[in-house]
Amino acid sequence: MTVETKLPYDQEYIRSFSENQNEPNWMTDLRIQSLQLADNLEMPKPDKTSIKRWNFHDFKHDVEGGEISSLEELPEDIQVFLDMKAKNENLLIQRNQSVAYQSIASHLEEQGVIFTDIESALRDHSELVQRYYMKDAVQIDEHKLTALHTALMNGGSFVYVPKNVQVEEPLQAIFWQEDPEAASFNHVIVVAEENSSLTYVENYVSSNTEEHAVANIVTEVIAHDNAKINFGSVDNFASGTTVYVNRRGVAYRDAHIEWNLGQMNDGNTVSENITNLIGDNSYSYAKTVSVGRGNQSQNYTANIKHYGKQSEGFILQHGVMKDDASSIFNGIGKIEHGATKSNAEQESRVLMLSKGARGDANPILLIDEDDVTAGHAASVGRVDPIQLYYLMSRGISQQEAERLIIHGFLAPVVKEIPIEAVQNQLTEVIERKVY
Amino acid sequence: MGHPQYEVTQGQVLLDGEDVLEMEVDERAQAGLFLAMQYPSEISGVTTSDFLRSSINSRREEGDEISLMKFIKEMDEALDYLEIDKNMAQRYLNEGFSGGEKKRNEILQLMMLQPEIAILDEIDSGLDIDALKVVSKGINKLRNDNFGCLIITHYQRLLDYITPDQVHVMMQGRVVKSGGPELAQRLEAEGYDWIKQELGIEDETVGQNA
Repeated sequence: MTVETKLPYDQEYIRSFSENQNEPNWMTDLRIQSLQLADNLEMPKPDKTSIKRWNFHDFKHDVEGGEISSLEELPEDIQVFLDMKAKNENLLIQRNQSVAYQSIASHLEEQGVIFTDIESALRDHSELVQRYYMKDAVQIDEHKLTALHTALMNGGSFVYVPKNVQVEEPLQAIFWQEDPEAASFNHVIVVAEENSSLTYVENYVSSNTEEHAVANIVTEVIAHDNAKINFGSVDNFASGTTVYVNRRGVAYRDAHIEWNLGQMNDGNTVSENITNLIGDNSYSYAKTVSVGRGNQSQNYTANIKHYGKQSEGFILQHGVMKDDASSIFNGIGKIEHGATKSNAEQESRVLMLSKGARGDANPILLIDEDDVTAGHAASVGRVDPIQLYYLMSRGISQQEAERLIIHGFLAPVVKEIPIEAVQNQLTEVIERKVY
Repeated sequence: MGHPQYEVTQGQVLLDGEDVLEMEVDERAQAGLFLAMQYPSEISGVTTSDFLRSSINSRREEGDEISLMKFIKEMDEALDYLEIDKNMAQRYLNEGFSGGEKKRNEILQLMMLQPEIAILDEIDSGLDIDALKVVSKGINKLRNDNFGCLIITHYQRLLDYITPDQVHVMMQGRVVKSGGPELAQRLEAEGYDWIKQELGIEDETVGQNA
């Protein structure tokens, strides 16, 4: 049985929503065109996970949130993502779909760095946004959810670093879904021009366990020639939110994109992380860790596509499953014809903590070129009794030994999160989810 | 020590009158036992230093945990004494360690945990001569009236650096000959054949009857 997913949002609604935000005409048109497309497009079909009965229709679309004048006004569970003693100069806090707080260091602004919310960017940098919005990374008509995303986009951030500018400090965005029914149709664009570099970290937080909401997020990360982007995230939507999150990277010549994704949602989640290595000698390392609990169902795909010669792609996915949670981890390394001397490596591991938990790791290598190297490793299993024995033989209790092994298993992403407060927060979320 | 793949079928083990076989693995360690492993596990994501601190604190009461400063000082001293690169403390436990590094790490744990009874199972296998000297130095440092150490070895070489109080020769799973340090020296010079002849043993492996 397919649940009818007719949304109460029509052309009229979308037109007035767009006009209320003072969006440029191209954006209003794009939204309406996408809404029409959505009607005739199929839902995505993630491998081995049926999403037919998932809630993609019950949510509130237009929910404002108040501004704050100082970070002290934030509730405790949002403050934990910040180093409250630091200046937090490069910070964006979105509350529901409104900007609650925004700042950028003046020396970055002077160098032409843009770090702002997506609506401001549409008003102030319309052409620049248009240049990248659903163009080189994600296409509107990939399936119904990408089209609906474009039609209903209601938040997100825009990061632009000009040529030859190195942004040393991490840029941090916090997307705080305060209203328990507020949907997040966030669009995030991160662009690093030639020879530039930046680190961006985002946090998604909600606390709806009873109420229903939907997150339909598209993130486009573009690294031009010889640019370096380090992208970190901690996703922590509560169990009431169904999540579709699409993070897509495009790396040109000599460019690097690193993903460090802590995917800690408590609701059903489809996560797609694709990186296109377009340029010669481009590089991507896509790491993700997740913890599943309760009866949530999750589907993760990490896919690196090699087009450029000597391009290198590494995928690491580690998941811990407990209770009756189930997860599919697809790791795909695709080397296109002509991408000679490329290297595609991947590792997917699932650690199962209970009888009812299900985990599946699917390593896939698709290779259309002879002169390449590739490798994969995948495993699904329980905590190794010999490792437990070794730790316990030094006096450590079984519970503490398991805790050490699980944190160690998730360490590859945790230790790469560039903001200490966010790293600590990720550790705490893991702790809370596992015990 | 309670390895999950072994089962004790008979006999008993007492430590200060307490039945060791009734204890969980961690309780055995907390009671003062230590086993240096022949093949220590590699544990990714857990640093040697975090592991050591958890181990030390497991033998202390809650609220009486070792202070970070004191721990670092003690660890640095032990690392220096065992001529181990300080980086090891921040490397993941045994991950990518060479055979020699793993053995040194076992002795590092021994020195830091200071158990009452230690069993060193073939701690000398696969060690080059320099590593053997260092490992021996570590064991000798621990020697005192409150520390007992059972060293299992196939070679006399280790005993050039550690003078044993007692030597027991095991064949067919039993102690067949006991003596002082001079016994080990005679074994190194003459081999085991004279014991076999003396006792009428042809095959010394476990399960063979004399």
